[in-house]
Amino acid sequence: MQLIQDGLIGAWDLLIQQDKLVFDAAFRSVWISIVAVCLAAGVGIPVGWQLARKKLPFRRIFVMVFQTGMSIPTVLIGLVCFAMFSRKGPLGSLELLYSSEAIVLGEFCLAMPIIVSWVYRTLASQDPRIRETALTLGAGSFRRAILELKEARVGIVLALLTAFSRCFTELGIAMMVGGNIKFKTRTLTTATALETTKGEFERGIAMSLILLAIALVVTLTIAALSPKEKGVEPC
Amino acid sequence: MTRRLPKDFSVYQCVESMIHPHQHRTVFSILWMCLLVLTLVLPSQGCTPAPSDFVKRNNVLRLATTTSARDSGLLDVLLPEFEREHDCRIDVIAVGTGAALELGRSGDADAVLVHARHAEQRFMTAGYGSRREEFMKNEFVILGPVDDPANVKGRSAAQILSTLSAENHRFLSRGDESGTHQKERELWAGLSINPAWENYLESGQGMGATLTMADEMRAYVLCDMGTYLNFNDRIELVPMNSPSVGLDNHYSCIVVNPDRHAHPTANLANSLADYLISHDVQQKIARYQLHGFSLFTPTRLAETP
Repeated sequence: MQLIQDGLIGAWDLLIQQDKLVFDAAFRSVWISIVAVCLAAGVGIPVGWQLARKKLPFRRIFVMVFQTGMSIPTVLIGLVCFAMFSRKGPLGSLELLYSSEAIVLGEFCLAMPIIVSWVYRTLASQDPRIRETALTLGAGSFRRAILELKEARVGIVLALLTAFSRCFTELGIAMMVGGNIKFKTRTLTTATALETTKGEFERGIAMSLILLAIALVVTLTIAALSPKEKGVEPC
Repeated sequence: MTRRLPKDFSVYQCVESMIHPHQHRTVFSILWMCLLVLTLVLPSQGCTPAPSDFVKRNNVLRLATTTSARDSGLLDVLLPEFEREHDCRIDVIAVGTGAALELGRSGDADAVLVHARHAEQRFMTAGYGSRREEFMKNEFVILGPVDDPANVKGRSAAQILSTLSAENHRFLSRGDESGTHQKERELWAGLSINPAWENYLESGQGMGATLTMADEMRAYVLCDMGTYLNFNDRIELVPMNSPSVGLDNHYSCIVVNPDRHAHPTANLANSLADYLISHDVQQKIARYQLHGFSLFTPTRLAETP
């Protein structure tokens, strides 16, 4: 218990002293996760919509694949990305390994299946009358999609939040393809892992607490920004 | 089930279609029961067929060690015999030197096997350990890319490090308070160099991961001989320095002070220290080889007949 108490005090100290390393890592964690989720949403929402609304061949198999993709271990994604970006790998010439961009790409792979699956499930269970009404009012395919997605906004916001928390808290990808380089690719989670191996357990707990606090701020911000739904809170 | 499910939600439907609709509740509840029973029974049955079944808690020694000692494979050779002799089990917790000492400090380990002299001496003077035995050593080596961009191959360690810092070459430090990192800082301090040039990077990871990174980044790196030989066939880095002073790497075993943390295995920890400096084991250490190279030199061979 002493350790957790020290951790709480340590977290407060780190914030007060504006610890350079912690602020650097926190800022990096946030922007990497946000960029990764935005990219994944850009791809994932259309894919989820296609799966739910179009009669694609092998649709069930695709759904199954994305559903399973939600439980890919981050270390596996890290390993695969490493194999791709390594000097001996097919994308080695891009020199992406041990950069923040590489972490973004890895976390994109982590977030995409989550967003596709959630969007798909939300749309598939949507009241068919929305679609029918839109059709009878003469909406084209694009406007129908927009309308359906609007009606599914609670599910989609949840999808984005889930993807964000997964990216923000993951360790395997950031460690493998980021390399935890001080002031270059160190994120909050890899910094926490480092403090733990150093034996600085209080600092480890303190950093995790800061991570949780940021997650809370993000959740509250999204809750405040997202449209109000009667009876259903997005967060 | 009146709840609407998505028309082709896969997993649920697969299961449902396999079972008669009016039966599926029963089948599910049976499945749940099985799962529940399994989770309750399995841990107590002990899924791991380890000596744990026969040994009582006070016969378990928790040994916190550095990853380099574990990765060398030496412990797998030395410890089983000790376990047999003393009818005990050793739980090896492989962490960095900093964390290993911290585990000793908090009493979460009964013995510590590390390689950072200064940190060890601080640990002893603070009274956390009751006994410290240096029992073997090997060497650190400075590795670098084959094409040697700094053109330092064959020079002494001090010359190499000075050149790297003066000419802004890429050097990857562990940066994790490990024994290797502490040795590196000792070397910088000895040269009065502040390691903060632009291409001085800190990985904050274990030796193996850092070697892989240095290999990918074509950086210079300080590494213990054991890990280097272990990774020899996977990386393209090659040793750079000529035999130099100040690169020796002493491993010692520390018995955590039983006065601070009354652990029932203090005797066992003492026996382990005795065991490691015994003549037989010292000879075993001398004979131990990895990929055809001797990894460690025993340091107590002379004094034990």
